[in-house]
Amino acid sequence: MSDIIYKPGHEPHPRETRRIFRNIDRVGYTPSIDSFIKDGGYETLKKVIKTEPASIIDEVKKSGLRGRGGAGFPTGVKWTFIPKGNTKPVYLICNCDESEPGTFKDRFIVHQDPHQLLEGMIIACYAVQAHYAIIYMREEFPEAAKIMRTALKEAEQHHFLGKNILGSGYDLRIILHRGAGAYICGEETGLINSIEGVRPYPRIKPPFFPAAIGLYGCPTIVNNVESLCQVRQVLMRGGEAYATDGAQRSPGTRIIGVSGDVKRPGYYEIISGSITYGELLYDLCGGPREGRTFKAIIPGGASAKVMSCTEVLKGRNPDGSVRKMSIFDVPMDLDSIAQHGSMSGSGGVIVMDDSRSMPEMLRNLNRFFAWESCGQCTPCREGNPWMLKLSERICAGKAAPEDVDLLKSVADNICGRTVCAFGEACSWPVQAFTTKFREEFLAKTQPINALKPHNPETAEARKFLSRED
Amino acid sequence: MTESTDAISALTVEHPSPGKKYYPPFQPTAALEKEAKEYVSMYPEGKELSAVLPIIHMIQGKFGYICPESMSWIAQQCKCTEIHVAGIVSFYPGIRTRCPGKWHIRVCHTIACALSGGEELIGYICEKLGIDPKELSGDEPMGISPDGLWSIEPVECLANCGFGPNLMVNDTLYSQMDKEKVDKLLAEYAEKA
Repeated sequence: MSDIIYKPGHEPHPRETRRIFRNIDRVGYTPSIDSFIKDGGYETLKKVIKTEPASIIDEVKKSGLRGRGGAGFPTGVKWTFIPKGNTKPVYLICNCDESEPGTFKDRFIVHQDPHQLLEGMIIACYAVQAHYAIIYMREEFPEAAKIMRTALKEAEQHHFLGKNILGSGYDLRIILHRGAGAYICGEETGLINSIEGVRPYPRIKPPFFPAAIGLYGCPTIVNNVESLCQVRQVLMRGGEAYATDGAQRSPGTRIIGVSGDVKRPGYYEIISGSITYGELLYDLCGGPREGRTFKAIIPGGASAKVMSCTEVLKGRNPDGSVRKMSIFDVPMDLDSIAQHGSMSGSGGVIVMDDSRSMPEMLRNLNRFFAWESCGQCTPCREGNPWMLKLSERICAGKAAPEDVDLLKSVADNICGRTVCAFGEACSWPVQAFTTKFREEFLAKTQPINALKPHNPETAEARKFLSRED
Repeated sequence: MTESTDAISALTVEHPSPGKKYYPPFQPTAALEKEAKEYVSMYPEGKELSAVLPIIHMIQGKFGYICPESMSWIAQQCKCTEIHVAGIVSFYPGIRTRCPGKWHIRVCHTIACALSGGEELIGYICEKLGIDPKELSGDEPMGISPDGLWSIEPVECLANCGFGPNLMVNDTLYSQMDKEKVDKLLAEYAEKA
């Protein structure tokens, strides 16, 4: 019994380019080290471990590789933030706490191809000269934890891990640390606190940039699973060759997870920017379900701003003139969608068709963020349950029209007033939903509701106010 | 349930649960201590506190939940205070202070699974197992069936969004569920009991 949907022999769509997901669904491919070595695995490590660590960092910088966890920060640049003349130990953490709703790429890497991650991770550790590294895996992947522990043992037996790796004199130890179901542990400083064994409240930046002051106060590099796999691809192809693929500012491939109302939801690996959202949804995913049309798209995980399919966006022609376009014409790279006010984040595309009620969708998202707020900063801790109450009231038809504006104003007051990016993550959906689908929210409200009590206690109290009852 | 007199005992209350008969009661043994030491040794010198989460996972895996006695035992292993362990336990949604049923079902109800019917599935399973859906709200949302065999917990995102609705029974994930598949699955697990 496997913990994933395994589709052996499933042929990727012709417009896909599978590099990271090359071995996913391949017939006869197992997570064992033999499968990986037969496939040319650990050759890149053997090659680069003879070179200088600085040259690896240069290569990754040249490639223009940007992190795949959501923020899209250049990976090579992040590595150079370790202070010069540092005497403390350096740590590297692989962030496998994939918990952004809509994202499910890392699950397949750690379940079906764990050694790919390990090779990328060992290369990255060597580049930043870390001798101790941690894979932080979310608790909901118990099967993957077992696979990864076996993979770690196998790698050690083959001398890819442990003392004096491949005779280079370089030592590295990797351990697996499991989370316990908290979304906030995906935030790098929260994750570090979780490993330190305290409540995983995010730390304030500055001064707590992990590359300078991270785990146990030492320089720490936190990279996403897919980013580390991409590091292996960079070293395999060479930085310059990698940089020529795909969009100029975000080269390489991207793994897109599509969920929701399409005919063929699932994972797709594409060259960054090679296709548009329209091509993804209509060609790769087979379009909307029978008799339906697309209504809204969340382009980069639950915290990205929702895009309406009917909204008119301004695009630029190559000659500089302005043209009208829709979300379907936006190319799938990291930056294009950001110009239209949303973000492409971790590549989780959630699609909703015309049968969906937008206030209901927002209520679901608000419940997620209210549940996952860590409670450190007051605006987020108090604001999220408030937004949940407001959206529940709207869905129940008990809200007044002003409540829609109140909902947005609560979101506006959380955004930018918290320690970590959770404040933005929870308020962006509210801002976008209430602005772009305002009519739909207002249709569920009634002016008379402003005069009615919201709960049994206030209803009880009202009897003192009116003479009629 | 006893009246609590201070903050620590208020946080570390023993909750009644019919699921307890399926799990052994917590007993500190030498073997457990040895296992805990192994976890501590995974982390750098002097960083025992880091092992708190792995040790909690070990205890929860063996005994089903974190009882007040085990909290003080964990505190000893990690060289921290009991209230610190209580703070960790109360933070994470994945750690329970109430014993679940033998088969603990976690159903995802976040947006992608909700789009494919995850929320309805929760109500359906509750009805089938005779669990009051009102138990699924509050700080520790978990409903336990009267015979203690089943428990259900709505959870946020299991990271398998493309293949919803998803649910987990103990450590195994099941995707693309519907009512018929749930019926079959519950019958399968009922037989195993």
